[in-house]
Amino acid sequence: MTVQQQPNSFRTGPDERGHFGNFGGRFVAETLMPNILELEKAYAAAKADPAYQKEMDYHLKHFVGRPSPLYFAERLTAKFGGAKIYFKREDLNHTGAHKVNNVTGQIMLALRMGKKRIIAETGAGMHGVATATLCAKFGLPCVVYMGAVDVERQQPNVLRMKMLGAEVRPVTSGSHTLKDAMNEALRDWVTNVSDTFYCIGTVAGPHPYPAMVRDFQCVIGNETREQMQEAEGRLPDSLIACIGGGSNAMGLFHPFLDDRSVEIFGVEAAGHGVTTGLHAASIAGGRPGVLHGNRTYLLMDADGQITEAHSISAGLDYPGIGPEHAWLNDMGRVKFLSATDDEAVAAFQLCSQLEGIIPALEPAHALARVFDLAPKLPKDHLMVVNMSGRGDKDLDSVAQFLESKKKK
Amino acid sequence: MTTRIERRFAALKAEGRAALVTFTMSGDPDYASSLALAKALPKAGADLIELGMPFTDPMADGVAIQAAGLRALKGGQTLIKTLAMVREFRQDNDDTPIVLMGYYNPIYIYGVDKFLVDAKAAGVDGLIVVDLPPEEDVELCLPALKAGLNFIRLATPTTDDKRLPAVLNNTSGFVYYVSIAGITGTAAPDASKVTAAVERIKRHTKLPVAVGFGVRNAESARAIAAGADGVVVGSALIDVLRANLDAEGKAGPNMVKAVTALVADIAAGVRSAKR
Repeated sequence: MTVQQQPNSFRTGPDERGHFGNFGGRFVAETLMPNILELEKAYAAAKADPAYQKEMDYHLKHFVGRPSPLYFAERLTAKFGGAKIYFKREDLNHTGAHKVNNVTGQIMLALRMGKKRIIAETGAGMHGVATATLCAKFGLPCVVYMGAVDVERQQPNVLRMKMLGAEVRPVTSGSHTLKDAMNEALRDWVTNVSDTFYCIGTVAGPHPYPAMVRDFQCVIGNETREQMQEAEGRLPDSLIACIGGGSNAMGLFHPFLDDRSVEIFGVEAAGHGVTTGLHAASIAGGRPGVLHGNRTYLLMDADGQITEAHSISAGLDYPGIGPEHAWLNDMGRVKFLSATDDEAVAAFQLCSQLEGIIPALEPAHALARVFDLAPKLPKDHLMVVNMSGRGDKDLDSVAQFLESKKKK
Repeated sequence: MTTRIERRFAALKAEGRAALVTFTMSGDPDYASSLALAKALPKAGADLIELGMPFTDPMADGVAIQAAGLRALKGGQTLIKTLAMVREFRQDNDDTPIVLMGYYNPIYIYGVDKFLVDAKAAGVDGLIVVDLPPEEDVELCLPALKAGLNFIRLATPTTDDKRLPAVLNNTSGFVYYVSIAGITGTAAPDASKVTAAVERIKRHTKLPVAVGFGVRNAESARAIAAGADGVVVGSALIDVLRANLDAEGKAGPNMVKAVTALVADIAAGVRSAKR
């Protein structure tokens, strides 16, 4: 795709109609429009209210455990002999991933709006767990929609959600995965518009979700900026993060978008390989279309029917990507790469054994690309990887994957 | 220039009765059966025909219409074939209005300009695209109006008096009032509330108002028809269609007959409404 004319700033979007260039928007049924407009207004008011910010900061510090460390991955750095590799340790947050940053913001907004019931969709279950956790803390009933396939492969998270008092509804429509969970959540919202708050887990969906979720996740990049100043006295040279919908990546990237010296990489899930058709790489293997309230890059067939995504990582198994990422791709500001299941599992093992950190399969995709980028870079190159979650939930999947490889 | 939709509603107004609008999914469970059903609908009493354009991710539809869409896709239906079906329908019916209903992505991928030209040429009269609210009118609504197609918008119980003018602004043909906040195929609406809602919408527009969601039989259709210009029935027809599929999901010999029997029954309900 040709690179369009560069804007003065990459940080001013979206416009008042929710567009990032040609992407984003509000493609929803009329029943939801009044809700979405109400949400937009309520979020704008909350954003401008110092009391809301202060309360959120309090919970992020005392409940979530922020700031998360910026950790120098010394042995991986030594192994590759190139760039100095840092991990932004979102895996150390309460509930085990970056998802809780966004959920804290949205649940506090729901309380401000007087909503009585929370619904969410989840893929790997991390967003579901985070939502169930905040709902337990604030005493709100919580319903989590999860594809039946994901319920099967992410049992530990299903048990956590139930322990926290949430109702997990397995979704058996469509392809039984994250996109169908989102369809079901939208159907629930259409049916229960007046009292229900839909807590979306990523930087996708109708405006204002992509911008709002991004704002809540920017704490990742803002902290990284300060911590890198403290550690090295300057900005990082590159950032890299995995991308399904893309909220962990957007949270790290956005505060650095206007620092042109910082190279930025997003890593999509290539599943069995982008050329096989069995993958979840919407930018590498998809094209612009409209789904779940926004226009963005999507996996689809020639008739515009959405096709199933494939990835060993349930958290990246989504046939779309956040609209702001789609725009940053077309503007050439973020470079999109991909990593296969095999590469992610290899990185998962290496990181566990060299750093004593078991990463989630999602950031293992980013690590896989770090492993070929880092050796080619000079020793004074500072690279930050978003360690977006921990891998406890993935041990079964990885063990099964390795077992099936052995048999072949 | 008036469209078939405008002419049909004007004629029924002169007759003093409400219109029966049927919804079936194009290509469900296969092209030929679905076309045979569409061709049989006017004779059974359908005044306007809505044909669903199947989509993998119908976020405002209940289980019946979701399953119908997936059956059609499995049977090989595409937007190209849906337009072909309208062309075949038009070979022996030039006066029953046809409205295509669905989601935006397949149209966007077909190409908006090409779609409008091809749809008009095939004999399509109007479009209902669920995920295009007035906020996105530049996408398809305005080009459709320019191409001479009606763009029919949904109004819902959540569309208040403040929002109604925005919703009605570029709407043409008729207004489709969704009588409950929810997905297709769920709870039956309370007829007195519906009549009041229709009156509220009519304070803002001269367009006919058709009411859908929750109409299942002659009785519920009669109650709605008393206070509206049209009654839409969809999930109930699709339920009958599904009940007449064989174990492999193929259309059984009585499918068209069974569905049209329900249409005829509901049509009698609509025609007997006291207005």
